[in-house]
Amino acid sequence: MLTESEIDLRTGASEASATESSVTENLVLERVTRRFGSVVAVDDVSLQVPSGQLVSFLGPSGCGKTTLLRLIAGLDNPNAGTIRLAGEDITKRPAHQRDIGMVFQSLALFPHLDVRRNIGYGLKIRRTEKAVVATRVAELLRLVDLDGLADRQVSQLSGGQRQRVAIARALARNPAIFLLDEPMSALDANLRESLQVELRLLQQQLGITTIMVTHDQREAMTMSDVIVVLNQGRIEQVGPPLEVYRSPKTAFTAKFLGATNLLRGRSAGRASVKIEGRLFDVPPTGDFRAVGADMTISARPADAELEIVGSDSDDRAPNRLPGTVSFVRDLGATFECFVDVGLAEPIVVQGGSRDLASGPRLARGDVVRVHFPMASCVVVDDPERV
Amino acid sequence: MTVVETPADTVELTEPVIHDEDGPGMSWSGRIMLMVPTLVLAVFFLGPFALMLRTSFYRRIQGGFYEPAFVLESWSRLGSDFYIDRALFSLRICLFVAAVTVMFAFPFTWFLTRMKARYQVPLLIMILAALTLSEVIVAFAWDLILGRASGISNIMVWLGLMSEPQSYTPGYWAVCIGLAYIAFPYCVLTLYPALSRIDRELTEASETLGASPLRTFFNVVVPLSRTNLVAAFLMVFVFTLGSYIIGQVLGRPEHWTLSVFISDQATYNSNVPFAAAIAMFLTAVSLAIVGVTTWLGSRQGRARQKAVAV
Amino acid sequence: MRLFRFFVISAVVIFLVGPLLVVGVASLNANQFLDFPVTEFSGKWYGALLTDPQWRASVSNSLKIAVPGAGLAVLIALPMAYALHQWRPRFSGVFMALGVLPFMLPPVISAVGALVLWNEIGRPGQIENVIIAHGVFFSTVPLITISLGLAGIDPSIQEAATTLGADGRRRFFTVTFPLLVPSIVTGYVAAFVLSLNEYIIAFMVAGFTVETLPIKIFNSLRYGFTPTIAAVSIVFTGISLGVLTMLARFGSLERLLGAGISDT
Repeated sequence: MLTESEIDLRTGASEASATESSVTENLVLERVTRRFGSVVAVDDVSLQVPSGQLVSFLGPSGCGKTTLLRLIAGLDNPNAGTIRLAGEDITKRPAHQRDIGMVFQSLALFPHLDVRRNIGYGLKIRRTEKAVVATRVAELLRLVDLDGLADRQVSQLSGGQRQRVAIARALARNPAIFLLDEPMSALDANLRESLQVELRLLQQQLGITTIMVTHDQREAMTMSDVIVVLNQGRIEQVGPPLEVYRSPKTAFTAKFLGATNLLRGRSAGRASVKIEGRLFDVPPTGDFRAVGADMTISARPADAELEIVGSDSDDRAPNRLPGTVSFVRDLGATFECFVDVGLAEPIVVQGGSRDLASGPRLARGDVVRVHFPMASCVVVDDPERV
Repeated sequence: MTVVETPADTVELTEPVIHDEDGPGMSWSGRIMLMVPTLVLAVFFLGPFALMLRTSFYRRIQGGFYEPAFVLESWSRLGSDFYIDRALFSLRICLFVAAVTVMFAFPFTWFLTRMKARYQVPLLIMILAALTLSEVIVAFAWDLILGRASGISNIMVWLGLMSEPQSYTPGYWAVCIGLAYIAFPYCVLTLYPALSRIDRELTEASETLGASPLRTFFNVVVPLSRTNLVAAFLMVFVFTLGSYIIGQVLGRPEHWTLSVFISDQATYNSNVPFAAAIAMFLTAVSLAIVGVTTWLGSRQGRARQKAVAV
Repeated sequence: MRLFRFFVISAVVIFLVGPLLVVGVASLNANQFLDFPVTEFSGKWYGALLTDPQWRASVSNSLKIAVPGAGLAVLIALPMAYALHQWRPRFSGVFMALGVLPFMLPPVISAVGALVLWNEIGRPGQIENVIIAHGVFFSTVPLITISLGLAGIDPSIQEAATTLGADGRRRFFTVTFPLLVPSIVTGYVAAFVLSLNEYIIAFMVAGFTVETLPIKIFNSLRYGFTPTIAAVSIVFTGISLGVLTMLARFGSLERLLGAGISDT
């Protein structure tokens, strides 16, 4: 677990941050804890968020990601820990005095105000001059592509338009940090996909530090500079999307960020694991485990290969498991083959349509061998293993 | 149902947001906002109870006044056979009316909640209008209908079903009808929230399993609403106990309920101590019933929470 | 089932509306005395209602009580409902019970209570006494409508105002209060109509000095039937219907009465 140690997102961060000459931390969380009665929603979380980046909190329902966001916003108070924004300790500062802009899951647009007044609300509250408000609102309307809709009532807007109003409203005061709580969950799938791209481009254009809560790994991969995987109130892993996807540190992360096959076996010496009586070679890692110790491998379905039994290859070759096909899900562009190899769950092998066209036609009951190339086998921590 | 699908994240959200065991607590303005109305209610609603209790021990003097004393006159009078008999009569007639009212109001409310808004709203307006109607007007209207000079018996005579008009008021049944009239809208409104919450799919499921709508009603809707039925029955019972005009206009003195006696004693007989004594007794009875109803409701609420936890 | 439904609904409609129809017919009877069938119709009794100084005085008394009385009820209910919703203090159930109880108990109890209280204070028979008594007794109604209204506001809307820089007071006046207006109006109007129709409290607190409309109707009834009583009853019913129809236009009546409010 990484929660105790400080995690610096700059180390091993994306190309974007590496090329920047001086990266400053905009938001710093130090050992933040929030309990609700006996439930620990956020458990000793430390994190540094660099300026201008988009960081996603990714995790299942109840992992504490929303609570963490609310603590940053000041809508909730931590039981312990410190929150710093732009160098200032804001742990005890009430929400209305924090320099934040937040988009809520329900969007939370003011139903009694029109689009113009919704966007201008934060400025008006700060007693900004009317002319300044009007200019800024017009600017924002252009920014989010809502020109000409200023006088509409919120109820007259489509889902996507409401989304844009919520974004514009949160950005109106040029906040130091932009918070998004599952911002797309109210939209249908198609709209969500296109808005993800749009919102990411907008964020990069403005260069605003952003934290987004999501349970959708696709959304997190699309939009983030850095993904923070949360599980049961703790940070499971932090890193750029591809790094977290390719080298998950735990079984939980591997499973949550894209589908995976978890192969549970025992150590059979250096960089070697024995699963169902067969040897698997894995890329050598620094840590050495005693022979016979529990070891878990994660291998992505797309990296696995199917071999027809009876072909020339040696049946005893490493990184292979024999089994029978239990189901074929053919989705046109891709196919997924479920292979029963005697483990608790079937192995999933994914391929493109071309693989299917060139290879033999598979059907339920076919005897096959699944090959996991060494490079695709990632050894992961697996505390949930029983 | 929806209960089961509550995602854990919304549970996070429903946690107290601004105030919790570690939070900043209630601000000064919040305290004032709560305490001023509470004080007003305490002075003008709770205060009088203490005064009433004290007054019930005062001595009545001729001419309509009373003086401080400690006499048990009012209470012993309340304990006399006559008033015990009157109290029992009150409870009996109100229980009867409450039972009949719930029997009709329940299916009506059920049908009402299943209607489209277009039909539902006019009926709701009718119910609310009937509820706000002054008891004086209700009593007057039924007096008119049940009386000799106009109303039902005239229509019967006109239709040739009766030889000469007859008066049904004052009388026991006239009182029952009047009480049912004021109780009915109240009963519908107590049942309405619970019944409108019953999932449409639940009855549809029953019907796809082969139960007729009538069987569905009795096998699904009624058992689901058992607690609400009892609660509505008790609330209607208290409500009818509070009627003060119906018995006076539509009944003879032997049909008077406790509330009528209270207003009669307090005004026409100018015996405030005795009125206070009966009022205290009526308060005790009503509070006990309201308490039972609340307890029933909270028990149901807890059962629901358990269902959520599971 | 359909037959059953038809029977139940029409029986209820006849039961509730029938008596008012009879009153309506009686109010249009030109004859001073009740007779049936009606031989000649006339609207003169409605005219009498407007011209007779006694009836006019009682209408004005009723309005003098109901307008401020319902206002007082809202003034008691609004801060209480808001505080209970916003801070969820300990024992909030007790406060809510205190707010709901006046309306739950038979009104005659509140009536005797108010009578005793004002006797004790030494200012019996004043119109202000009735206003206060009605304000307290009917505060339950706006308390419930406003509490339902507050429960119906998405909590993140208030939070959104907070993240946009509004402190508690500004949030209340710029967001919460505007969103509560329908609930407040509903509570006020309902308390107003109920106060207008209320008899026993008004009667006991100041019945011998201030004659409100219901008291006037009842007093006239004791001296025998007059078509004016029928006319005034119809006017009253008309006011209730009008106000309620307006409320139904204004907001969702079903929602206000508790439909679709989940208790989970």
